[in-house]
Amino acid sequence: MEAFAYARPTSQKEALASLGASFEESAVLAGGTDLLSLMKNYVESPKRLVDIRGVKEFGGITRGAEGLRIGATVTLQELADDAGLRKDFPGLVSAAAAVPSMQIRNMGTVAGDLCQRPRCWYFRNGFGLLARDAKGKPLVPGGDNRYHAILGNEGPAYFVNPSSLAPVLIALGAEVEIAGEKGTRKELLERFYRAPRTEHEREYTLAPSEIVTAVLLPKGAEQWRTAVYEVREKQALDWPLAAASVALRIDGGTVREARIVMGHVAPVPWRAQEAERALAGKAPDAESAAKAGEAAVRGAHPLSGNKYKVQLARVAVKRAILEAGRA
Amino acid sequence: MADYHWPPADKRFLIGKSFTRLDGPAKSSGRAKYAYDINRPGMLYGRMVFSPHAHAKIKSIDTAAAEKMPGVRAVVVMFEPGKEVLWAGQEIVALAADTEDQARDAARAVKVDYEVLPHLVSDLTPEKAGAGRTSAGSEAKEGDPDAAMATADVKIEGTYGAGIITHCCLEAHGQVTEWEADKLTMWASSQNVTGIAGEMSKALSIPASNVRTITQYMGGGFGSKFGADPWGPACANLSKKAGRPVKMMLERDQELMEAGARPSIYAKVRLGAKKDGTLVAWDSESWGTSGPQGGGNPPIPYVMRAPNRRTKHTAVLTNTGPGRAWRAPNHPQSCVITMCALDDLAAAIPMDPLDFFLKNIEFTGERGKSYHEELLKAADMIDWKKKWRPRGTQDSGPVKRGLGLSIHTWGGGGHQSNATCTIHPDGSVEINIGSQDLGTGTRTIIALVAGETFGLPLSAITVNIGDSRYPASGASGGSTTVGGVSASTRRAATNALNELLAKVAPYLDAKPDDLEAAEGTVRVAQDPGRAMTWNQACAKLGATPIAAAGQRSLDLISSGVGGAQMAEVTVDTETGIVRIEEIVAVQDCGLVLNTKTAESQVFGALIMGVTYALYEEKLMDEQTGLCLNPDMEFYKLAGLADIGKFRVHMMTGPGYDERGVIGLGEPPVVSPGAAISNAVANAIGVRVPTIPITPAKVLAALEGASGTGRA
Ligand SMILES: Cc1cc2nc3c(=O)[nH]c(=O)nc-3n(C[C@H](O)[C@H](O)[C@H](O)COP(=O)(O)OP(=O)(O)OC[C@H]3O[C@@H](n4cnc5c(N)ncnc54)[C@H](O)[C@@H]3O)c2cc1C
Repeated sequence: MEAFAYARPTSQKEALASLGASFEESAVLAGGTDLLSLMKNYVESPKRLVDIRGVKEFGGITRGAEGLRIGATVTLQELADDAGLRKDFPGLVSAAAAVPSMQIRNMGTVAGDLCQRPRCWYFRNGFGLLARDAKGKPLVPGGDNRYHAILGNEGPAYFVNPSSLAPVLIALGAEVEIAGEKGTRKELLERFYRAPRTEHEREYTLAPSEIVTAVLLPKGAEQWRTAVYEVREKQALDWPLAAASVALRIDGGTVREARIVMGHVAPVPWRAQEAERALAGKAPDAESAAKAGEAAVRGAHPLSGNKYKVQLARVAVKRAILEAGRA
Repeated sequence: MADYHWPPADKRFLIGKSFTRLDGPAKSSGRAKYAYDINRPGMLYGRMVFSPHAHAKIKSIDTAAAEKMPGVRAVVVMFEPGKEVLWAGQEIVALAADTEDQARDAARAVKVDYEVLPHLVSDLTPEKAGAGRTSAGSEAKEGDPDAAMATADVKIEGTYGAGIITHCCLEAHGQVTEWEADKLTMWASSQNVTGIAGEMSKALSIPASNVRTITQYMGGGFGSKFGADPWGPACANLSKKAGRPVKMMLERDQELMEAGARPSIYAKVRLGAKKDGTLVAWDSESWGTSGPQGGGNPPIPYVMRAPNRRTKHTAVLTNTGPGRAWRAPNHPQSCVITMCALDDLAAAIPMDPLDFFLKNIEFTGERGKSYHEELLKAADMIDWKKKWRPRGTQDSGPVKRGLGLSIHTWGGGGHQSNATCTIHPDGSVEINIGSQDLGTGTRTIIALVAGETFGLPLSAITVNIGDSRYPASGASGGSTTVGGVSASTRRAATNALNELLAKVAPYLDAKPDDLEAAEGTVRVAQDPGRAMTWNQACAKLGATPIAAAGQRSLDLISSGVGGAQMAEVTVDTETGIVRIEEIVAVQDCGLVLNTKTAESQVFGALIMGVTYALYEEKLMDEQTGLCLNPDMEFYKLAGLADIGKFRVHMMTGPGYDERGVIGLGEPPVVSPGAAISNAVANAIGVRVPTIPITPAKVLAALEGASGTGRA
């Protein structure tokens, strides 16, 4: 990696002051489980790291009048171990607990999980987020795209959003709290992500001078029944091939409202609204779950090597619904 | 007088029992020092520059800027301008600097001018690769395959195979080198301590007697660490130039790109049998790639060879890191091709594959009887007869269960090995051998054989290995180490013992021939009361220890082993995810010296087998010529949660023991791919033609989108 300066602020104010105007100038360092590997491979070489783990107000899980606040630097293991969360948000806790390896869960943070960069192997091998060769030719469509997007993949972005937490948090209606020079803003997590159009755009709306300070779950979110189903090839240290998070409001055995968000299928966590509509008003049984799974992948356009993911996404949605229905 | 022969069953003191490896505590506590752990005063860190192109002519190499970088002490050019690099990852320049970071930064400052040339990195059929990209292998014919095929009642045709995987040793390749005047010491991660000393002396043009190589512990080799490699001499040259020791170990990306690949092998197979299951004919055209080099004629059909057969092999030449011997070279791939085709044939008859294999056991050749026993034993362990159901007769529900089997063979034998044994007057015993312990338990075996000979516990024996200063021994390859070192140790120890008995006999008023060493004593065999303790006996040596030598001899060892494995899997037919429920492995290897380390070789092989059956794949990108997964994230290895339950049974007793010692490192890794593939086919009713069996391939097979093994 390139040499870099290191700042360890102890307050939000100090942290913001340490950040620069571009991602080349500075980067927020949390657990470092993603950022440091990107730096070692020269994929990113920020000149200054701003380590936010010393900022007290970025940590902790608190319950208030407005809902639940999960601090940015809460680790995935803290999330997985929180008894209150386990009761109210089993889907969220199971997503955190399924992130592989104790080491990553102990170091990785909630905001780091949401802001981690895509695992696209062209990106990670130095061909840029949009994965193009020196002549500008996109490499994913004609290359090995077994782990790439099946939805929202018209280009120029073909990678998939890797976060396990984002889909379930979106299903729960979560917001991210973001601090910047001009104060604090809140944004629906669902709107936080985007498919970049150019190499200079990131896959989320965060500005280089901003910090995610917390994730907020609205009051009443615990009334949704949540479940997550991830299709993992290996149990040990692996990524999901496709995943679905489901939040249901069930009344008298009938789904009143459903939120279904798929992971690892598109450059952003993918809200499956057609599936949500298909499920509304039905009992969450095998038949309606299968139909919702079908609806979730109706618009899929697999690339040359990832047709199988359409089936995996379909099944993930179906199984997540059945599990949420049972809960 | 003691003789060399292995003791009969009722006289064995240590042989055949279970002993924990002697170096376990050192390894688990971190006291064991691997090449990676060696740190010398003033040591520099080496780093290489690699080609980012799969095929290119090197026009020029400019190291001027790198030489001026902070901390850089030496630069060595490893590649001649004007020549062509043949794969991405080929090494071009090595340099050494005060710190690892400086070495990395400096490596990035080396300027290499490439003329990029067309490449082929994909794993293609010979037709698709094109004429200029192939090299003919062998063709063979036995009997009359066409006529025999015409008599077959059941014929099938299918394509089977295994893609390219790497060795992925947990310890990287590399070494630390240090000069003292014109003498070189090299701490290397090597399967060939004695041999690489000679290789280094040649490359550096110094007398072999000036090179000392050391490998005390190793983190895996699997056939990829026989040579000094280009980085061995480069490291020594950096040391020489800088006048300081240099450590240069490869990193993971380099390991996966260059430092070891198992060639791919695929085959289009036609085969036929009679209605009653009798195998009559085999016809196959196989191909595969081992990188830029040709060659490699796989042993197809494997083990169970139809009497009438035709085979033809073609190598495809690609711009990928060259193949290296991978634990039982060519066997696992050939096993997949053969056993999966046979399993499909059995299903087409239709017949229980266990019955089909037993029916045709004579076609395995001279070891048919032990295969028969092993298949029955494995079937008993996994409860085959109760659990097995024909393909396509599964319960409802998405998750299907299946059983599969496979058999395998390997040679073994013993490498050339010399040992010396010293008995000291204080009773302590040392064995010196220039062999190495790859992690297989070699140290423990040597102590066991010496202990058996002297009637002493393992702890009484000091074993010195892993150093080229000890008596020359062969490379640890081909499962030949245990044969080599057990025979040389036995002979050296017996020779030493006979000297001791001769010294001691007068004190016991006996002839040397009447004495034996047993249970910590030297005693009269027919009158055990006339005895002295081992230490009293050794004290009679006065001031001079006994030093005796021994060489590997063929009467103590043998070669040619077999084994049968059966796997039970579940397959989620909605997701294509395969889970291993259980694998049973039944293995023979002649006289088992240490049951525990023998079994652990088999356990390790099964883990490696699950990994290559389901997950491992070296993925190359045709557009860029690069490896897409030179890391342990998408180069997938099984973890504990993935391997299921294993049970191992070693065949011992009459019919096995008297064959003498035979190596075991390789054979048990041969069958898992085929056994698992057959279990998957049994579960889902169709063949996934190639390994690894990924969810994508399972779903494609279920959809009938890919070729199947059915006629
Ligand atoms: C083999 C493997 C398997 C994995 N499997 C999974 C999986 O299944 N699911 C999953 O979700 N993850 C998985 N991970 C990824 C892991 O969860 C992430 O690396 C981790 O969550 C990142 O958190 P961190 O705190 O270490 O982030 P860092 O590495 O410190 O940062 C990651 C990125 O987020 C930015 N960032 C961090 N915090 C903030 C903040 N507060 N404000 C603004 N920007 C911020 C950083 O600048 C950087 O760009 C896997 C990783 C590996 C290596």
